[in-house]
Amino acid sequence: MNRHEKILAKFQAIADNPYAYARLVKEQTGKKLLGFFCSYAPEELMQAAGVIPFRLFGTSQDIELAESHLQSYCCSLVRGGLEDALRGRLDFLDGTVFPHTCDSIQRLSDIWRLNAGFDIHIDAVMPVKLNTPSARKYMIDVLGGVKADLESALAVTITDDDLAESIRLYNNIRSSLSSLYDLRSMNPDILDHSAVYHTMKAAMVMDRNELALDLEHLMDSLGSVKTEIKESGRKRIMLSGGICNLPDIYAIIDEAGGDVVWDDLCTGLRYATGRIEESGDPIEAIASRYSSRMICPAKHLSTTARGDYLFTEVHRKRIDGVIFLLLKFCDPHAFDYPNLKDLVDRANVASMLLEIEEQPAPREQLRTRFETFIEML
Amino acid sequence: MSDVNGKNIDSGKDNHRIKSVSRMKEILTGYYIDAKTARENGKKVAWITSGGPVEPLIAMDVIPVYPENHGAMVGASKMGVDLCQKAEEMGYSSDLCSYARADIACAVTQGGPIGGLPEPDFLVCCNNICGTVLKWYEVVARHYHVPLFILDTPFIHREMKKEAQQYVMDQIYEYIEFLEKQCGRKMDYDRMNEVGVLAVEGLRLWQAVLDTATHKPSPISAFDAFFHLGLIVTLRGTQVTVDYYKGLLDEMNERISNNIAMVPGEKYRLLWDNLPIWYRTRWLSDKFASHNACLVADTYTSAWSGVLPLIDENRFLETMSLSYSNVYINISHDMMINKLREMIEKYDADGLVMHSNRSCKPYSLGQYDLQKMVMDQLKIPTLIIEADMVDERHFAESQIETRIDAFMETLKS
Ligand code: SF4
Ligand code: SF4
Repeated sequence: MNRHEKILAKFQAIADNPYAYARLVKEQTGKKLLGFFCSYAPEELMQAAGVIPFRLFGTSQDIELAESHLQSYCCSLVRGGLEDALRGRLDFLDGTVFPHTCDSIQRLSDIWRLNAGFDIHIDAVMPVKLNTPSARKYMIDVLGGVKADLESALAVTITDDDLAESIRLYNNIRSSLSSLYDLRSMNPDILDHSAVYHTMKAAMVMDRNELALDLEHLMDSLGSVKTEIKESGRKRIMLSGGICNLPDIYAIIDEAGGDVVWDDLCTGLRYATGRIEESGDPIEAIASRYSSRMICPAKHLSTTARGDYLFTEVHRKRIDGVIFLLLKFCDPHAFDYPNLKDLVDRANVASMLLEIEEQPAPREQLRTRFETFIEML
Repeated sequence: MSDVNGKNIDSGKDNHRIKSVSRMKEILTGYYIDAKTARENGKKVAWITSGGPVEPLIAMDVIPVYPENHGAMVGASKMGVDLCQKAEEMGYSSDLCSYARADIACAVTQGGPIGGLPEPDFLVCCNNICGTVLKWYEVVARHYHVPLFILDTPFIHREMKKEAQQYVMDQIYEYIEFLEKQCGRKMDYDRMNEVGVLAVEGLRLWQAVLDTATHKPSPISAFDAFFHLGLIVTLRGTQVTVDYYKGLLDEMNERISNNIAMVPGEKYRLLWDNLPIWYRTRWLSDKFASHNACLVADTYTSAWSGVLPLIDENRFLETMSLSYSNVYINISHDMMINKLREMIEKYDADGLVMHSNRSCKPYSLGQYDLQKMVMDQLKIPTLIIEADMVDERHFAESQIETRIDAFMETLKS
């Protein structure tokens, strides 16, 4: 095994069993862990407070306890996350930070606070608009509030130096992750089909200092990004949507003759985009990133921001086909879908919609659908 | 919110019928004609969300149009399934809010009970009711190529923070600037104050109408309130609305003096939670009445006047930031329980009926916890009906009937 294979194997192990990793890292480092559900969680503040931010992905298995708190018409991330909490599977968490996103998360936050039994519960009710001066001012206020909440909940002081260090760390991490995306996009067969998935998932749960080093080594070992797309004769696929919790999807698309080369997923590239200014006020700098990076459909930058991004990337990355991955009952994404599909049609690129239910479709069925789609490209 | 034809909502036998209904229909018909002919009359039309601040629009002489009200009409006229399916064919998931689905389908096909809403000149979206409206209004803004103003009212989990209050306040002035730009003239603040005073007067009268239900037997039921709510939502801040509710209040008081009950032989008094099931209001009203049960009050129609204590009519604009942020569904369910407690006590309710409305996640998620709190803390029986406000495909009649019967049996025992 060469160096990058070793690192990727480690990421895969963590991605396959993040909870086991959480228990281990907690034991080894003595650090506290705070859970979060959404890429608007101000991780830089959590990191600066000395905790490990730990992203929750929910579960799709045996939803029972959550049934008595949540109706069936809410997404599997919300139901699965609560199930894990109620079953004690998240006993390694010291608390949770809830940034405001969609209606379901908004209600989950209170259900969680009243039932999940963690010591720390922080609501970050961020603005929904990211495009006006008053919203920006409010965003800065909210982040300041979260900082104060973290300080009092954890009995720590977060200094400007702590923040500056955390910001540098996150810039490193995000720049490595972005390079990894670029590398794969230019040269899709350089990595195993689900390597990026594993890396992203691990990146959202790992001790970030350890992660940053691993990523640096990974990128060194993989070499520099090419300037030309390497032709493989296979179809170039982009994933668009919210979260992808199905590692298998990458393998199945691969078997069906496609390379996933780009995405705008919330557990994908959206996490990695946006650099934070390293000079100036750190809180203001963190706030600025949210309005400059790729937008989530639960937030508003303009009525066309997401479509513009997708349309541009489809051209720029020479995409042959777009697979829309929507979690069933996820309103923000479902509202955007007809418009996004229309734009992709207009770019003369084919697309298909895969709705992910609580129980994902059987592998065979997915393979047939992907094969039919890719053959058609 | 209301069926302009009133056909499915008006409940009870002739002598129990509320006479003001015809006046209400007249006003609403006139209003829709004005809205439909706004262009010819040189008036602007704004689409606005049901929880949004309509008062500045009224002060600027803009005609407000409510897609949600339209959604309710679609539901009451039982056109929901067809329109929702049309939206689904356009790619909108069948799990999205049925108001949004029905309304988007109407905009594209000019279908529905009134052949589509008049086209907007601009849009005003206040997310104090849900995040759905943000996405829905983005769709509408793209469809009509019109400007969209978003009034962002941060959700209140435990308390409304000062910075959130300031943020909403800043936006109220941004809203007025936006209107000035769209209308090409300045806001007349004297006029704005008048509208504010009228709005508060209307809200007080509306609350007084709802409060007549504290009388036993109640002269009014939630099913009537669903209908009569129309003006407090759409034309709040106008004289016509104030006059209408004065008349309605007089009629209710008259019914009380003549001892006219909405449900003859009223024995059980229930509280309703969530939006109405528009296509089945008559059926539900009859069903409960057959058990001598009257739905005396609900969390939905009282949402608008529920924030009255936070409004100062003489400083209307200044208090808008609090009053528009603190509406019933923009607060956590541990804050909701306090409001429920107040209502249960005030109306002396024997039980709570909750509509778990798959269209409306912010209203419905959390209901199971709320139900448990009501049973534990307030010790009254509760019933949950799983349905949808507009999309009839989610109404399982026989199952719901059985559940209502069983619930009423517990109440009686
Ligand atoms: S944005 Fe969508 S996927 Fe995320 S929590 Fe909300 S409903 Fe679920
Ligand atoms: S989601 Fe609920 S509050 Fe929002 S528009 Fe639909 S019914 Fe109304």
